[in-house]
Amino acid sequence: MLTYIARRIVLAIFTVWAVSVLAFVIIQLPPGDYITSYIAQMAATGSIVTEQEAENLRIQYGLDQPIYVQYCKWMVMIAQGNFGLSMEWRRPVVEVIGDRLWLTMIVSFAALLLTWVLALPIGIYSAVRQYSLGDYTFTFIGFIGLAVPNFLLALVILYFGFVFFDANIGGLFSVEYQDAPWSIAKVWDMAKHLPIPALILGLAGTAQQIRIMRANLLDELRKPYVVTARAKGLSEAKVIVKYPVRVALNPFASTIGYLFPYIVSGSIIVSLVLGLPTVGPLLLKALIAQDMFLAGTIVLMLGVMTVVGTLISDIILVWIDPRIRLEDT
Amino acid sequence: MAGPRLSLDPMTITEAPATTRVTPADERIFVASQWQLMWWRFRKHKLAMVSGLIVIGFYLAALGADFLAYADPHTSEAQRSLMPPQPLYFFDAWRFSPYVYGIKGRRDPITFKRVYQVDANQKIPVRFFARGFEYKFLGLIPTNIHLLGVNEGLEAEKTMFLLGTDVQGRDLWSRLLYATRISMTIGLVGVTLSLFLGVLLGGFSGFYGGLADTIIQRIIEILRSIPTIPLWMGLAAALPREWSILQVYFAITIIISLLGWTELARVVRGRFLALREEDFVVSARLVGCSQMRIIFVHMVPSFMSHIIAATTLALPAMIISETSLSFLGLGLRPPAISWGVLLQQAQNVQTVAISPWLMLPSLPVIVAVLAFNFLGDGLRDAADPYGH
Repeated sequence: MLTYIARRIVLAIFTVWAVSVLAFVIIQLPPGDYITSYIAQMAATGSIVTEQEAENLRIQYGLDQPIYVQYCKWMVMIAQGNFGLSMEWRRPVVEVIGDRLWLTMIVSFAALLLTWVLALPIGIYSAVRQYSLGDYTFTFIGFIGLAVPNFLLALVILYFGFVFFDANIGGLFSVEYQDAPWSIAKVWDMAKHLPIPALILGLAGTAQQIRIMRANLLDELRKPYVVTARAKGLSEAKVIVKYPVRVALNPFASTIGYLFPYIVSGSIIVSLVLGLPTVGPLLLKALIAQDMFLAGTIVLMLGVMTVVGTLISDIILVWIDPRIRLEDT
Repeated sequence: MAGPRLSLDPMTITEAPATTRVTPADERIFVASQWQLMWWRFRKHKLAMVSGLIVIGFYLAALGADFLAYADPHTSEAQRSLMPPQPLYFFDAWRFSPYVYGIKGRRDPITFKRVYQVDANQKIPVRFFARGFEYKFLGLIPTNIHLLGVNEGLEAEKTMFLLGTDVQGRDLWSRLLYATRISMTIGLVGVTLSLFLGVLLGGFSGFYGGLADTIIQRIIEILRSIPTIPLWMGLAAALPREWSILQVYFAITIIISLLGWTELARVVRGRFLALREEDFVVSARLVGCSQMRIIFVHMVPSFMSHIIAATTLALPAMIISETSLSFLGLGLRPPAISWGVLLQQAQNVQTVAISPWLMLPSLPVIVAVLAFNFLGDGLRDAADPYGH
């Protein structure tokens, strides 16, 4: 088991490194650098930046050095906990991102949790009552969930909320709490706003998990040991929950690793539609303004966050599935 | 869609028939080719059949977009901004003669919004195969005949608004058809690129195994554990603003397929691993076939059907990706028209609440994605016609 976890951790470190390189490449890709867009911005407002000033700025931000040096410098800075300055906002990146990263995490985690809470009982129900009206209904909702891109779903829900309830159901906080410092009341306010974004983000995953759970459980229910348990006179609830559900749970659990990046990914675009104060809208703005440190940091942090989430799910998986443990020792 | 898919059907081996008498129906099955068996199996899957027809319909619409459209998708006119969809009446006094009512627009003096009123006195007959704007049918034959249109002397752009107009007063029906062309082909081009990468790397991984396999598998794992949308956004934001529509189109497909090949590679690798030790492959190797011959003559044909199914299942993700990117304003940019570009106008709830028809482009997205999913499921079931 330890070997397995160690291997996972090594892979996670590699992934983080790959993400950091990708993040850096993305930032370097656009033609020109921040200074070019800064000059253009200044020119638009009427002020002119001289060649000399531009050159000084480039040296100040280390833009005159070769790419790999810039990358190493960036890495060293991050290791020291310094994520650089957001050139667009003229403030440290960490300050600009602020609570947004945590909020992204909270929203994604809530979506993941909801996926589980919904998919597990519905999957079991659909398998046990195969071809019943309920099964068909859930299958239908599941297909819709898979087919509708989540930003469209957000748009539709927002539209219905607006037209029928005359309420803006977007956002993560009520107006009075938006800029308020954290307090119990603010957390409670957020908890009340959380279900809708969590549902929108989690629906596709839930649909997929229901199908996986249903398929696994159907395979298990046909096996002789279930018949034996039933013949022995166990209650139906015990027959199902105690044995086949436990076995069917394993492949189900192993998909969290893939689900989490997908949800984080989706949260970016859904946040834009619903106006959630996550890193999504900030990333879009930063990319458009070529705000190198900000965009890079966001991509990097999202990647790290996802990798850590996946790592945790992998460890949970070993813990609940003894077969993996035995395989590697 | 991310995540592995599980197949439901268990691979049961059919038992030998009790009687030795072979009915003509059995004989038909025994002599049928593999593709024939697949087709029979696929035909049983009604939902997949219907979905297949829908997909074909989408591609036909993409091919004949300019014929099916009646208005030039780029002609904008502030006077016709945000017109609601206009009902099309098929029967006039019990005779089949389709017509629409004329519409008058004016500016509301209080809200300054444009309001439109139906002019019940003015019936405008709708003609089939009418003349309209010039285009090249299938990109070859110059013509100006469209499926729908109005009488000579009138301009369709100014009289017919079957699905309403957008903020710039452009006809939504016509734009939707042009968008179908771009969105459906971007999926196809993207999936072809993904397929190339997937077959190359998955095949390499599965055929040679060892270190190459380990490295490629780790790369796939890494790619799958990174959230894709931020990466797409980053890559797409880097595209130079001055690039032409065609350049952006190909750049976007490359970006989408660069991250979308992993699932296909997984399928190909799985098939290679399964086939590598099969008797017919081993004997081909013993007879002295070259590796290329073993791969392309013996192995690839036997899992072609699996690749086709996996490709179909990969298409919806491509379509959704393009739509998402364009919706964010990082994908295709106007004047290019795609479903995502059209949906950009529906970003604001207030606008959508007043003009709900701006959300119409989401319907083809949903229908296309569903159809590809069902078709792919059917194809995957049919890909292995020897199971039960």
